[in-house]
Amino acid sequence: MLGHLTIILLCQLAGEIIAKAARLPVPGPVIGMVILFSGLMLRGTMSPELENVAGLLHRYLPLLFVPAGVGVITSLDLLARSWAPLAGAIIIGTGVTIAVTGLVMQLANRRARPDQQEAPHEQ
Amino acid sequence: MNSDMVQLWCYLSTSPLLWLTVTLLAYQLGTWCFQRCGCSQLLNPVLTAVLVLVLLLKLSGTNYQTYFRGAQFIHFLLGPATVALAIPLYREVAVIRKTFVPIIVALFAGSLAAILSAVGIAWLLGGERILLLTLSPKSVTTPIAMGISEQIGGLPALTAVAVVLTGITGVVIGDLVLNWMKVHDETARGMAFGIASHGIGTAHAMHKSRVTGAFSALAMALNGLLTALLLPLLISLLR
Repeated sequence: MLGHLTIILLCQLAGEIIAKAARLPVPGPVIGMVILFSGLMLRGTMSPELENVAGLLHRYLPLLFVPAGVGVITSLDLLARSWAPLAGAIIIGTGVTIAVTGLVMQLANRRARPDQQEAPHEQ
Repeated sequence: MNSDMVQLWCYLSTSPLLWLTVTLLAYQLGTWCFQRCGCSQLLNPVLTAVLVLVLLLKLSGTNYQTYFRGAQFIHFLLGPATVALAIPLYREVAVIRKTFVPIIVALFAGSLAAILSAVGIAWLLGGERILLLTLSPKSVTTPIAMGISEQIGGLPALTAVAVVLTGITGVVIGDLVLNWMKVHDETARGMAFGIASHGIGTAHAMHKSRVTGAFSALAMALNGLLTALLLPLLISLLR
């Protein structure tokens, strides 16, 4: 468990160093994810323990966004002033993005694999 | 309050322990309400926790810096959790390989839709320039979005808030919109959640199925990369 957590942190550290050194606009953890993914592809196998560590981190993924969300308290003035454009952009914009992405992906899937008309599993 | 209580408060309010614990309690309260009400996404645990915490900070007159000294221990875990997204991706690599072209097509369409719809709607509703810049990376995961916002002249702190609100909105309306549009393909639903509402959408997608979760994680990562490259370019074209 500790060894696998260390591997994850090492990937993040390497990612942070690469991002800083190469002045990439991409954050360290995302580069760390690419490093870990490449490592897994090279090795061709994954230990169940690594899955356990990842499972633990991802089970509480929503919680990890709470501290950043509370940051809303620092911009209550701007929020009160611009609530309409903010709410509009977030609610309508997110709906539009979900619809566009889902539709385009489904269409592209059908074109790529015309033999399989519907997805194997309905929600 | 007698002087012992004042001393106790002075001690607790400066130690990271208090706000770390309160954050966990607020999230557990949010989860409890969420489950009590049949898992309706209107009572999303993140939303409840944020509202409860903002109220507590306001009532106790605590500033965000003091709060964050405790909450940073939770915030820090976002990094390792992002790295660990490599694991669901690796598990579904065969499906992802088979769907390579649709992934790229949907990525460009979704990424552009996210940026243009946010900026366009905010502009139509009379948003100030700084608000448009702040909102433009709202569909991207928090650390990337804050970096982009800083680079293009937005307000990173408000961007972080818009990102979290976008994530929650995506989870609240996502299934409705997708069902309404008759998008039943698991890979398409995953891409939609990942591109529109990043990590919060991915957490939601992971509860649906492994394939949906993996595609959401992939979409979130790719959308972060593409937006980081695309947005500064779009802004420089507009200048």
